[in-house]
Amino acid sequence: MSEDRHPLFMPLILVGGLIFGFGLGFSQMARPEVVLHFLQFEDFGLLFVMFGAAIVSGIAFAVMPRVRDSAPLTGDRYERRLKPFDRNVLIGGAIFGVGWGLSGICPGAAYASLGVGNVAILWAISGMFLGAYLQGRWRSRVSNPDSVTAGAD
Amino acid sequence: MVADPVALQLAAELFPNGISRYAVGGLLVGLGAVVIYVGTGIPAGASTFLESTLSYVSEQSRFQQYVASRDWRVVFTLGIVLGALAFAATVQSGVVTTSLYEPGTTGELYEIGGVTLWTTDVQAWRLLVGGVFVGIGTRIGKGCTSGHGVCGVGSASKTSLVGVLTFLTVAIVTAQLVAALGVSP
Repeated sequence: MSEDRHPLFMPLILVGGLIFGFGLGFSQMARPEVVLHFLQFEDFGLLFVMFGAAIVSGIAFAVMPRVRDSAPLTGDRYERRLKPFDRNVLIGGAIFGVGWGLSGICPGAAYASLGVGNVAILWAISGMFLGAYLQGRWRSRVSNPDSVTAGAD
Repeated sequence: MVADPVALQLAAELFPNGISRYAVGGLLVGLGAVVIYVGTGIPAGASTFLESTLSYVSEQSRFQQYVASRDWRVVFTLGIVLGALAFAATVQSGVVTTSLYEPGTTGELYEIGGVTLWTTDVQAWRLLVGGVFVGIGTRIGKGCTSGHGVCGVGSASKTSLVGVLTFLTVAIVTAQLVAALGVSP
């Protein structure tokens, strides 16, 4: 990615974020209770949020690489979001699951929650930064991350 | 129109708040990701913001790899907050009404300057401790509900599908256990 970006790069990111955040508000994913109700099998509506969003983005991921070679504002190639699989996906996923199940919050929804007026969510956002910081410190120190994977639960 | 009463009853039990607010909200979430992807080629996830923002204040090598993307990630997150605020100022405040939106009964509504705001009843310790686990887990697991759940599943990435199934399963077990222990809300 080049240093001198297209002047519309930041405005477009902002517009994308605005739509994303409005959608999180409208779907009530910004309400931890609604997520917890889903996880407790009291309201399955969250499935429509996740799959609705994935279908819409999936169409773009499938179509854009066939229509154009690169994105207009960055010149970056259109590629699918593919991340390598290793056991960290399972370990990290499980730790994330404990947090999601305990609190009903996830990163995007937490930012949106602040926007709908949920000041209490600052506890969760502080916690997320603390967790990401602890993980980053640990990763920065351990040269071989695979040697320390105990305590995954 | 004659509707099947069994199907209606099932829908009422599985979806007590209807499905339209979820479907419309989900389509908008996807559209937000699409706008960014079409313009920039970036499949945006929300959780990298945590690490990239920490690079402003920490010299840890782990965070420095995100220096190139940290500015736009702040703008993306700011957009999410403002987008949700726009929702609060319109639909949540009743300025814009639509049959697609079911308000719900959780938490507490309050008002500031004519804008109806909402706050959660979920206890602070749950939010804080849950947040720490979320912060650690998304970073080890390479993604969250938007990175893996929306962009990854949308890309038909096997890694992301496994990631989503993992955190969904563990989250369900955790939430059921916490509820069984009598913790509410």
